[in-house]
Amino acid sequence: MSHIALPSPDRTILERRNDLLKRLKKLVPGAILITDEEGRRTFETDALTAYRCLPLAVVLPESTEQVSAILHFCHQNKIKVVPRGAGTSLAGGALPLEDAIVLCLSRMSKVLDIDLVNRVARVEAGITNSGITDAVANEGFFYAPDPSSQIACTIGGNVATNSGGAHCLKYGVTTNNVLGVRIVLMNGEVLDIGGPELDPPGYDFLALIVGSEGQLGVVTEVTVRLFKAPEGARPMLIGFGTNESAGACVAAIIAAGIVPVALEFMDRPAIHVSEQFAAAGYPLDVEAILIVEVQGSDDEIDTLLEKIGQIAEDFNPLTIRMSQSEEESAKIWKGRKAAFGAIGQISDYYCIDGVIPLSKLPKALQDIGWICRRYRFDVANIFHAGDGNLHPLILYDANDPLQLERVELCGAEILKLCVELGGCLTGEHGVGIEKRELMHAQFSDADLTQQMRIKAMFDPDWLLNPGKVFPLEERGAQ
Amino acid sequence: MTGPMRVGFHAPDAVEELAHLVAEAADTRTPIEVMGRGTKREVGRPVKYGTVLSTENLNAVSLYEPSELVLVAQAGAPLAQIEQLLADNEQELPFEPVDLGPALGFGPGQATIGGVIATNISGSRRIHSGSARDHVLGLEAVNGRGETIRSGGRVMKNVTGYDLARGISGSWGTLAVMTEIALKVLPAQREMRTIICFGLDDQTAVEALCLALGTPFEVSGTVHMHAGLAEQFSEAEIAGSGKSVTAMRVENFPASARYRSNRLKHMLQAYAPALELDTGPSRIFWNEVRALRMFQRRMDHPLWRISTQATIAPKLIAAVSRKIEVRALYDWSGGLVWLETPPISDAGTVEIRRTLAEFGGHATLIRADASVRGAIDVFQPLDPQLMALSTALKQVFDPVGILNPGRMYPEI
Repeated sequence: MSHIALPSPDRTILERRNDLLKRLKKLVPGAILITDEEGRRTFETDALTAYRCLPLAVVLPESTEQVSAILHFCHQNKIKVVPRGAGTSLAGGALPLEDAIVLCLSRMSKVLDIDLVNRVARVEAGITNSGITDAVANEGFFYAPDPSSQIACTIGGNVATNSGGAHCLKYGVTTNNVLGVRIVLMNGEVLDIGGPELDPPGYDFLALIVGSEGQLGVVTEVTVRLFKAPEGARPMLIGFGTNESAGACVAAIIAAGIVPVALEFMDRPAIHVSEQFAAAGYPLDVEAILIVEVQGSDDEIDTLLEKIGQIAEDFNPLTIRMSQSEEESAKIWKGRKAAFGAIGQISDYYCIDGVIPLSKLPKALQDIGWICRRYRFDVANIFHAGDGNLHPLILYDANDPLQLERVELCGAEILKLCVELGGCLTGEHGVGIEKRELMHAQFSDADLTQQMRIKAMFDPDWLLNPGKVFPLEERGAQ
Repeated sequence: MTGPMRVGFHAPDAVEELAHLVAEAADTRTPIEVMGRGTKREVGRPVKYGTVLSTENLNAVSLYEPSELVLVAQAGAPLAQIEQLLADNEQELPFEPVDLGPALGFGPGQATIGGVIATNISGSRRIHSGSARDHVLGLEAVNGRGETIRSGGRVMKNVTGYDLARGISGSWGTLAVMTEIALKVLPAQREMRTIICFGLDDQTAVEALCLALGTPFEVSGTVHMHAGLAEQFSEAEIAGSGKSVTAMRVENFPASARYRSNRLKHMLQAYAPALELDTGPSRIFWNEVRALRMFQRRMDHPLWRISTQATIAPKLIAAVSRKIEVRALYDWSGGLVWLETPPISDAGTVEIRRTLAEFGGHATLIRADASVRGAIDVFQPLDPQLMALSTALKQVFDPVGILNPGRMYPEI
């Protein structure tokens, strides 16, 4: 059994289950209510699959009014609610609780309004991230944040975790690309925060809601900014003899005034596994590769790639490959895109999401290797180098409970290292249940208390997605 | 220090002392005016506090790592000093903060970085690069209980805990006293070019500006100003045109900026682009926009800042100008309008707010006599739900209500 505890269930709710669900069904006949065990099984976990819990029931509304009615009912009856989009959280952000109703927004997936002149779109929260881009791609526009789960994950989930992606060094993360939300508070009240304008009136509640992991309210509609797609984009691949020189090259590119649209790093183990799987032609005699992508017209791309190539020359590159065509671009990206899957083919892995200041990269990689060796795990590093967001993949056997516990301890040590180096616990996956107990490594009591006061202001009974984000005993102390 | 807080001016040079002063003010329920160097003191509802708490002596740049695109400064660090430091390293604040100082009777460049973030005052490049608050990576602040709190950090990506840093941004010192801010910075643009059309009416100008923003050329400045507003500008052809001025900016390395500008000009042929400024004159032009040069002459005229949707803006301004005589600078292709109204008793409030209710958007009165600001709603009135939430948030940060109380709204 895994070692992260869940809050103990409210026995009175479990005892009243049948009666409560009957009343809920009657209250919102238009919503789908799943009560049978097999149906609920589908929702028992998210992408942190080591943790599972059958919820009281699952409800799938189709309108803001229904969400409001459901939340009002749950508030009156003190039933906990776990909001859910596509369930792709890697941190257990959508993990159910035994005495909670899972409120899943996947049926609310409509595009409500597209305004390409003002470059905004209003969508329902259950639409997938790439569904937004699909709706405007014909006109050459796109929605910028691009988490790697973008085909599946919902914009509502993106708002909850403030999702990033490979392109966020240039375009920013969710909080920089969302202008407004319609949100239902735990008591059923419906509020519009922000709107199509670029500045909100009064306090910036949107800033507090984005990244609050579904604990302040349930977002049902989102207004996002759209950008015109660039004329083109092409990557180059650079191989280095040491992690240090790859890290120094990243710093030199940025110091030269170039902000590439993507700057991806893979270390030796990651290169070898993905090459075996995807045969992308990656060099096998190097310790690290960088994939650097730039955007613009053909001439602009040529100029920038050439300049980056010149910068890289100072760091003893063993390989430099500049893409001249779409086929070459696809090939360079092929290994990177296949890397997570490739590693999954050879082993289970635990994906870490810490962030470090870029200048600490060589030390971070060295210490991560050392920590993993101490726990007797292999590790492969694949990450967004431009913003210091590390994704060490620790290889372990998920069927061995002892290994699971050890890999969590190993991950926690890596995250504490990130904080010690001046970084943070999570760059884009969120805290969820996974990193809840580590919050003290990054925050003081006063910091956490201030955050919890905001939680309590929106949801005084702590009914909305409880047991996440904050250390369990802190909630008890409130 | 013990006993009741002394009335007067406090500018501590240590965060601990500042926190102590706030805690003491909370104990004695002494309202305090929170400010940096006070260049925006005359913005907001006129409230008499008696005690001033300034961050001007917390003015160090604590960390600057050009290769990590991060700068951490204490709240009282002068904006001008930060921008000079960045310029020395060929970097800049991407949100190009508006310098309100000269339009409010101060010299240029006197604001502090704390003041910029506390008011979330972004400039023309906001349309492309994001707002001031978008670039806040982390914050240290003292809440109304005198507790020092931190949120965010100094790295580019961070979703650990709630985003209090951006939540405190734009709260005009009413939630907490910022003491240190970590900002994302970017390489400075080496080359910029500005395409200018003369004599377009508002509707046509906004159409052209939106068209420009719908291209892949990363247009980073889109302004349109009424005839007469550019009279004070340095560029002779602009100052002397006697017509409205519509300007679009492209940037990047030299060959790219030229390429983008040529493509853009071609696409905008229907709007008869008549002038192109290269890097030097472009910098001067956009700096003058940034300092609101056009609103520095008639200082007795009230000045509004209106947020709306670009395509709505011309209709909104046309409706207002049917009742009162106004002059407008459209920025963000129309998403932001700086509106100069005549020095009438309500500064045009009734007409502006009535029109906004019809078209959508919100307005803040940036410049007016205290007597006017005392009589009207300076900040956009909020609907009762949002006001109730705002009151609750104020309570969460500043339960006794000592930090700039009444500055934004009487309730907070």
